[in-house]
Amino acid sequence: MRYLPLEPSDRLAMLAKIGAPDIDALFADVPEEARLDGAIRDLPNHASEMAVDAEFRRMARRNSAAADMPFFLGCGAYRHHVPASVDHLIQRGEFLTAYTPYQPEIAQGTLQMLFEFQTQVARLFGTDVANASMYDGSTACWEAIVMARRITKRGRAILSSGLHPHYVSVAKTMARFTKDELVHEAPTLVANGDTTDLLDQIDDETSCVVVQYPDILGRIADMSDLAAKAHAHKALLIAVVTEPVSLGALTPPGEMGADIVVGEGQSIGVGLNFGGPYVGLFGCSQKYVRQMPGRLCGETQDAEGKRGYVLTLSTREQHIRREKATSNICTNSGLCALAFSIHMTLLGEAGLRQLATINHARAVRAADRLAQVPGVEVINDSFFNEFTISLPCPARRIVRKLADEKILAGVALNRLYPGETELANGLVIAVTETTSDADVDKLADALQAAVEAEGQGEAA
Amino acid sequence: MSMNNQGRPSQPQDAQGTTDTFTGNRALMLDEPLIFEIGTTEETGVDFDERPDAKKRLGGLERNRPIGLAGLSEPQTVRHYTRLSRMNYAIDLGLFPLGSCTMKHNPRLNERVARMKGFADIHPLQPVETVQGALEVIHQLGEWLCKLTGMPAVAMSPKAGAHGELCGILAIRSALEARGDAREVILVPESAHGTNPATAAFAGYRVEDIPATPEGRVDLAALEERLGPDVAGVMITNPNTCGLFEPDMKRISDAVHAAGGLVYCDGANFNAIVGRVRPGDLGVDAMHINLHKTFSTPHGGGGPGSGPVVFSEALAPYAPLPFVEERDRHFVLVEEENAEDHHESSFGRMVAFHGQMGMFTRALAYMMSHGTDGLKQVAEDAVLNANYLLRSLEDVLDAPFGASGPCMHEALFSDKGFAEGMTTLDLAKGLIDEGYHPMTMYFPLVVHGAMLVEPTETESREALDEFIGALRSVVERAKAGDETLHAAPVHAPRRRLDETGAARKPILVWKEPDQAEAAE
Repeated sequence: MRYLPLEPSDRLAMLAKIGAPDIDALFADVPEEARLDGAIRDLPNHASEMAVDAEFRRMARRNSAAADMPFFLGCGAYRHHVPASVDHLIQRGEFLTAYTPYQPEIAQGTLQMLFEFQTQVARLFGTDVANASMYDGSTACWEAIVMARRITKRGRAILSSGLHPHYVSVAKTMARFTKDELVHEAPTLVANGDTTDLLDQIDDETSCVVVQYPDILGRIADMSDLAAKAHAHKALLIAVVTEPVSLGALTPPGEMGADIVVGEGQSIGVGLNFGGPYVGLFGCSQKYVRQMPGRLCGETQDAEGKRGYVLTLSTREQHIRREKATSNICTNSGLCALAFSIHMTLLGEAGLRQLATINHARAVRAADRLAQVPGVEVINDSFFNEFTISLPCPARRIVRKLADEKILAGVALNRLYPGETELANGLVIAVTETTSDADVDKLADALQAAVEAEGQGEAA
Repeated sequence: MSMNNQGRPSQPQDAQGTTDTFTGNRALMLDEPLIFEIGTTEETGVDFDERPDAKKRLGGLERNRPIGLAGLSEPQTVRHYTRLSRMNYAIDLGLFPLGSCTMKHNPRLNERVARMKGFADIHPLQPVETVQGALEVIHQLGEWLCKLTGMPAVAMSPKAGAHGELCGILAIRSALEARGDAREVILVPESAHGTNPATAAFAGYRVEDIPATPEGRVDLAALEERLGPDVAGVMITNPNTCGLFEPDMKRISDAVHAAGGLVYCDGANFNAIVGRVRPGDLGVDAMHINLHKTFSTPHGGGGPGSGPVVFSEALAPYAPLPFVEERDRHFVLVEEENAEDHHESSFGRMVAFHGQMGMFTRALAYMMSHGTDGLKQVAEDAVLNANYLLRSLEDVLDAPFGASGPCMHEALFSDKGFAEGMTTLDLAKGLIDEGYHPMTMYFPLVVHGAMLVEPTETESREALDEFIGALRSVVERAKAGDETLHAAPVHAPRRRLDETGAARKPILVWKEPDQAEAAE
């Protein structure tokens, strides 16, 4: 019990000071029948650092790490190189072991960082302002829909077919309880992101249109027309970005008229972590700032006139307003926001643009290479670092087969859309700066062999 | 010119008669400008090995305007964030007595295991055969949580405590809907966390308060009186935010169940009873557990959190997706609409992936390190430390529920006896100058000028005695009407900050000085 500093003699002296005969006296309010006297069955007693470390190494070995093999998974989580200084700096105890900056005079480090983070996110998204981060992209997306309802007083949200299906699931789950109406259809395997069907559905009952950029199949579409139509009907346009590196190369949603831009910031500084913790990004127009969920850091002055930072507008937050709170958010992803901000500072504008260029160039080369594999068709005309290929057989089988050959091939669309047989042959391939040409060659060769084997299997 | 003046000018005044420095710095305390004031859009701290060709398939949507992101070289970046870090108080620096928020030592072994590439460098959508170890961690952690709470099921995906509350309330709502029982009201005692009523309201319920007794506990008679066919359930924080155990918890649960409702327990304060009391034995149907509080995952200046929820038999079928099951020594991930793993009654998905894996590894490492014997000791030492604080300070500081019996993990005080014009805020800011992070202020709302002090089990007796000494001294100044307390803190990186001004005219992003002036 190396984490507990009290010695038996301390405990006795402290009990004497309290005037309690023994430790049980301090649990006197717990009813007799609810007290546990012995150990909890089936749970082990304490273990040394060496033993715990060994047990975790055993479990870690049962996982195939992305670094150890050609790796092509994306769909909302991306493998990028994180500079060593990022992880080093976030492990400084003053960042790692600080709490929410409730006492701003002794939390200026966290607060200034959040102010810088908000500025970086707003600039990246092309929005006026941004908050101090959300749980992740999917919860940020739902909170944006709720925010649009508050602003428009309407409860009908139109979700683009290209929106990440897990983000759709989160919204559907919540909408069941909040009685919002959601309009959504699964995507089809066509070359370009299409906004015409969305345009037709916008009417005076619409609270918002939610469109992902690039979308779940990697397609990119201009959303200016959507913004114009939405605004004509006093509805809002919400853009969702799951790969923020793309905005180093692409026109940001804010410049195309999006009122709210949300995103998943994992790509910058955070790492895959099997799905969490991640960092939700949330930006919007200045006029909606008081409707924005989540924490906000604002600039102010101290009693000497020195510039400083505080958490602000927190009257919107649930720990203060009790039942009048407007969102479920009570915290942010502070440490992940810090990692994002440090990585973004290291990149800077020049570095981010170059990183984006490399990602795109490698993805273009990969798409061209995979298009040469007989039976494989690249769906997309346009994409950033992720595109969809169509196979002559169900993709999930191929992915499993390639995993046995130590290639993590991509995300089979029927992992994401189990009920949609028309998408079963689709495979989403993500390529980043960590993907080498040799990796792509290995994938192409293995795909060719697997597809041929499938064909022979069917023939036999 | 002060480095701080590279952005918007500020004129430090000499309030304490100390000599101003040329730079604005104070020895080891170095002011730091914003990255946008010292970096440029050309500068970068990364190198890339390639200059790719210009072939593009971006659908004509290439970015054609500057982003405005400032870059710094690696040494400048390291220095910037190191300087910023030194303006933060943290548990690694000293006692952090935030009641109900619970800041305890963060073991570095937790950090090491979370960074093993087998956990940190795996993708949430990899084939499940390639992530068996990660699923084993989630499964094991779930088992620990179930056994420690005496509950049969657990949902691992909620991303924070408040998210866990929402998860529990949605499960309650789903269970009631499944039996065709559309109840509308959730009862929330005054002693509950402020997040509880917010969560219930967000899930579509009408919230009604239940008063506290003069002893700081749920008024059982008032609660029983209010129960009826319209009440979906209660949300109780136990141990409650007055730092007290609710001895009537089982009777409350029985009464709520008899009236057809369900019981949500806010488990934020589970650290006070872990290994000594199982909430399942008290009739609880759902309870979230803040992993950072009880199981020491670092809070990182505001998160990430993690709020797994344990469920009773009644609620288990409605748990959110995805979840991990063990079948024949093989772990499977049960996801929505997965033909072979259909889970019809689940209320759905709360987040994109499987929850906070990086927090799961840390929490499990902590559990294994302590074991069931150590966790019991954790609760005992946390309670011992809190009572030691309570009894060491109640001669100088009013403890409104001090006579109600032992406190649990935290001690509650009020501002009674302070001189006219002296507030809890003054005391808190005075404590900053003594080198401590203040306690939780003005919460719970049932006590005037509340101060909620939680030492946790990782403080030594010596550390407690030093803190008690510092707090006594500031309390005596507050009682004596020492006006200089209004000016505290004077030794912090900043003096008191104008929070009202910040809210009235929010400045949330940095703008170039000329743009900022134009906007004003």
